[in-house]
Amino acid sequence: MTNDLSVRNVVKRFADFTAVNDVSFDVPSGSFFSILGPSGCGKTTLLRMIAGFDSPTSGDIDIRGASVIGVPPNRRPVNLVFQHLALFPMMNVAENVAFGLRRRGASGNEISRKTAAILDRVGLPGYGRKRIDQLSGGQKQRVAIARCLVLDPSVLLLDEPLGALDLKLREQMKLELKKLQAKIGTTFIYITHDQSEALVMSDRVAVMHDGRFEQVGAPQELYGRPATPFVARFVGDNNKWRGRITQRVGDDVLVATDEGFSFRARAQGCCGDGSVVDLFLRPEAMRIEPRETDGLNLFDVTVKSILFDGANSRLLTVTREDHELLVTLPQNRRFDHIEPGNDIRVGWHPESGICFEAES
Amino acid sequence: MPRSRLVFWLFFAPVLLWLLLLIVLPHLDLLTMSFRGENDYGEMGWTLQNYRNFFTEPVYWLTFVRTALYALITTFITFLLAMPVAFYISKLARSRVRGALMILLLLPFWVSELVRVYGWMILLRESGVLNFVMLKLGLIDKPVEMLYNDAAMIMGLVYTSMLFMIVPLVSVMESLDDSLIEAAHDLGAGKIAIWRTIILPHCKPGITSGAIVVFMLALGNYLTPNLMGGKNSLWFTEQIYNQFIASFNWNQGSAFGFLLLALSSLIIWAGLKLTGQRLGEVAS
Repeated sequence: MTNDLSVRNVVKRFADFTAVNDVSFDVPSGSFFSILGPSGCGKTTLLRMIAGFDSPTSGDIDIRGASVIGVPPNRRPVNLVFQHLALFPMMNVAENVAFGLRRRGASGNEISRKTAAILDRVGLPGYGRKRIDQLSGGQKQRVAIARCLVLDPSVLLLDEPLGALDLKLREQMKLELKKLQAKIGTTFIYITHDQSEALVMSDRVAVMHDGRFEQVGAPQELYGRPATPFVARFVGDNNKWRGRITQRVGDDVLVATDEGFSFRARAQGCCGDGSVVDLFLRPEAMRIEPRETDGLNLFDVTVKSILFDGANSRLLTVTREDHELLVTLPQNRRFDHIEPGNDIRVGWHPESGICFEAES
Repeated sequence: MPRSRLVFWLFFAPVLLWLLLLIVLPHLDLLTMSFRGENDYGEMGWTLQNYRNFFTEPVYWLTFVRTALYALITTFITFLLAMPVAFYISKLARSRVRGALMILLLLPFWVSELVRVYGWMILLRESGVLNFVMLKLGLIDKPVEMLYNDAAMIMGLVYTSMLFMIVPLVSVMESLDDSLIEAAHDLGAGKIAIWRTIILPHCKPGITSGAIVVFMLALGNYLTPNLMGGKNSLWFTEQIYNQFIASFNWNQGSAFGFLLLALSSLIIWAGLKLTGQRLGEVAS
């Protein structure tokens, strides 16, 4: 499998601020790669360097095996879908899509054929003569993507293109984008701060924080086996305890939390006896009133309130020491009797808790 | 209701009086005057002779054609110079520098046009600063007369009009989203293509309104062509002046005045038609 894009030790410094700090990664041909991070983590700077609007302070960027350092954006085989789409309001849909082809000096015949074909492909057949302000948010989205795809780029870059859409449309576009990518097979690099977008669409996700990649992996990997405390906190929801390791048991450790529980959990490549650790546990890892209690970590909590959200419902619970914990509430009617103020027993498997060296 | 209407008229009255007394009435007076003239027996009467004179005497309409042509050239040169300046101010300069640059542009307009024109004359005349410097540097052997020709006059007009082109261009360019330029660049457009396909079409309303103002100002200018232009470069406003002051023929002068108004409006109308725009869109 060849790589459409490889980034080698790229660093970008502005005056006294390092926006991108020694980032390296490869994106295989035809894959959907996401860069996920909070705002200000450097992901947009990284994308702009790949597109050619900024040049890295050091490091190398290869597209299909050829370095593109010093190549201006209009000569790079990559195209960017802008955050606010940047459709040209002075042109209609067809002219927008044909813009790149015209710049390449394609013949009128070829332009109209390709434009019609790509509009068909993104589900907007016959929309060529519409003005941009006549389109809905989702349609503009698709025109912006069509405008890039018609040029047949090696890599398509997308800079949070769903950010401006309302929730319902965003959910719908997420699936559409994934289907579109699978259909045309172009390599997509997708920037987002929304973990659900990244997890749903991507083959691989890089989690970026303070200019560095914290972890690169498949969505399941990031969620199930976070490599750093930041990934554990940023990807999905997590409950957190501060505690001290009292004993090692093979790959597992025994952790005494500050509030006096003793849990058995997985250790992430660290932690001698007595070291202070943060223990992360997903809400859905906790089972309410488990029938089988063998090998589970068990403790009692008080229900503070019920956060009903359909399939995503949770209980907000507190321990005796007022430590708040989120517990997933399965909607299978078994727990309909639970009300705020009830005491419930909660259990979780040592496999699902994960310990990191405590951050100061 | 009657009370609010009273307030409305109270505030509206000064505007109305201003328009009526200072603009409408004098113009009506001039208009009637332009249609009056002496007949063969020396009696005043209604006539179209004043207007007919413009078309039958080549010196009059040729002066107008020349004036209109030079005003168009001035407008075009002003546009060419203002475009990069406006782009720099609105897109490239940092926000603090931007304010300073705008003030620098405004500064020359704090002194009267007369002083500005004399400033140019001090620079350009035979014994002027420029000639002095070039002589000292040995670039020329004897002083060159740089004033009193069409080029000097156009330069003066461009200088006077610059601000009125730059201000609308800056405001219209500020409304241009930078990401449109980047998107065009990303889709394969070079610098020239970006200007042609993105920046110019976006700036069209600003260009039009700037061009109208500059064209009208240049066409109606009297000082600059009179002081900086040569003896052969008669401006149409000088023709009007001559009729009023030199020949004391107010009837002919007011006819020329209305012809200037009508013909310049016609040229602007044709310009708008040619570029497919409407005055309402430009003004908004």
